Amino acid sequence: MLIELQNVTHIYDQEQSIKALDDIDLKIDEHEFIGIVGHTGSGKTTLVQMFNSLIKPTSGSIYVDGINTTEKKADLKHVRQTVGLVFQYPEHQLFEETIYDDVAFGPRNLKLGKEEVDKRVKVALDLVGLDFEEFKDRSPFNLSGGQQRRVAIAGVLAMRPRVLILDEPSAGLDPQGREKLKALLKRLHKSYNITIILISHRMEEITQLSSRVIVMDHGKIVLNGPPREVFSHKEKLEKLSLELPEITEILFRLRERGCDIRTDIFTVEEAVDEIIKVIGSQENVN
Amino acid sequence: MLTDITIGQYVHGNSIVHILDPRIKIINTIILITSLFLIANFWGFAIFLGFNLFVIYISNLPLTKVLKGLKPILFLVLLTVILHIFMTRGGEVLFQWKFLRIESEGLYTGTFMASRILLLIMFTSLLTLTTSPLQLTDGIEYILKPLKRIGVPASEISMMMTIALRFIPTLMEEAEKIMKAQKARGADFESGNLIQRAKNLIPLLVPLFISAFRRADELALAMESRCYQGGKKRTRLHIMQIKRRDVIALIISIALAVVVSFY
Repeated sequence: MLIELQNVTHIYDQEQSIKALDDIDLKIDEHEFIGIVGHTGSGKTTLVQMFNSLIKPTSGSIYVDGINTTEKKADLKHVRQTVGLVFQYPEHQLFEETIYDDVAFGPRNLKLGKEEVDKRVKVALDLVGLDFEEFKDRSPFNLSGGQQRRVAIAGVLAMRPRVLILDEPSAGLDPQGREKLKALLKRLHKSYNITIILISHRMEEITQLSSRVIVMDHGKIVLNGPPREVFSHKEKLEKLSLELPEITEILFRLRERGCDIRTDIFTVEEAVDEIIKVIGSQENVN
Repeated sequence: MLTDITIGQYVHGNSIVHILDPRIKIINTIILITSLFLIANFWGFAIFLGFNLFVIYISNLPLTKVLKGLKPILFLVLLTVILHIFMTRGGEVLFQWKFLRIESEGLYTGTFMASRILLLIMFTSLLTLTTSPLQLTDGIEYILKPLKRIGVPASEISMMMTIALRFIPTLMEEAEKIMKAQKARGADFESGNLIQRAKNLIPLLVPLFISAFRRADELALAMESRCYQGGKKRTRLHIMQIKRRDVIALIISIALAVVVSFY
């Protein structure tokens, strides 16, 4: 068990006792790819900040890699190295004069040797698709928004986390940038065995990438399971004003019009196959 | 953490004191604190204290909140009292121990000064407790208006104050977010010696300044694209109007000032 939350409650306004998280139990295993959805203010961001102990819960306990992070003497350095967190608009935290130094900030904080830092910066920049020699001495502030974001993500990857959390990583990126990001996440998960936790409003991203989906509302986990199962609860999701992936929505509408079709499909290719199959079987009947 | 800091100390309410015209409130405060320096005996302070408590009562402010505002200057008050007690000479000797000597004049002046400082703070915090920052800047702009003739950019000053007030919480939030992001990369803001700590703040300050400049740029652009021009016959959403209650309030404070200064 990599991360485990037991009865975690977080109250952020003591006077009005507003609960950002309400009695959450959650287990996350090594090598999962988890998608977290929920409308604004449902507690997603608070939840993921619990994972690397940036926020401590009001009550309950959290275990990361066997360490109880709610204890006073917990080794937070190890926790934050284990769990990397990429915030919303991570490019806003760039600060060094060169891209190299910015990516090296994390590894240097880990007190690694010069060679190791060097190696990690190279690998991290390579992972996010920026050429080391070309970019290392440039200022991060002269890059395009998409490139800045990739530098910021490289800065977290250079910590070599076993869990990577990304909070709305595709917000504000163009379609091409989103595709690149998706490919990067896939690669990190498959080839580097990193556990990934992704917060996103784009259901397509969630369904195409994750092996488990967590739906949050008012600080509670309301749905938790594989995408197929979660997105079969159409009414419940609509009540939480969450959308289905577009392609799934189309299949649901076809079904409403009396078409005997599967609705647990999230990719265009699969949907095409399914529609052809259904049309074929109808023609046979006629 | 950072967001715990409240801006100003305005307590929302709709008592008669809250709804008074901000200009009148500012002028009243100035009158009252000026006359504090004209008071010659303790009766004057007693009257002012009574009046202050009365205003706190009718404005529905929690007394603890007003008293809390006195905390930061407590040291100054104590220092004043102690210095006066031991340094001011005159009157009969009340206490003597080796070179330490307390004389009645010192005790008198000490408490006199302390009462003055405490009342000074109590009246000014009454203003900030019952007037929202926005109303305050509006009031200040209006009072500074006559100075425009001699080239004081009153409306620009008030606009800058308003914007600064508006953006303090935003920047606080931003600072906390950046702090967290750098902590997630192993930054340490809490340990080390002074120099080390100052150095550790760089990863926080650089992004914070960059974002502040970016925001300022965007805001200036947004204002310009909506043709903002400071001071050029701008109309307001909330037009300040002097009502009967404002006149009454003004008369009361002038009367009080006259009474205590000639008493």
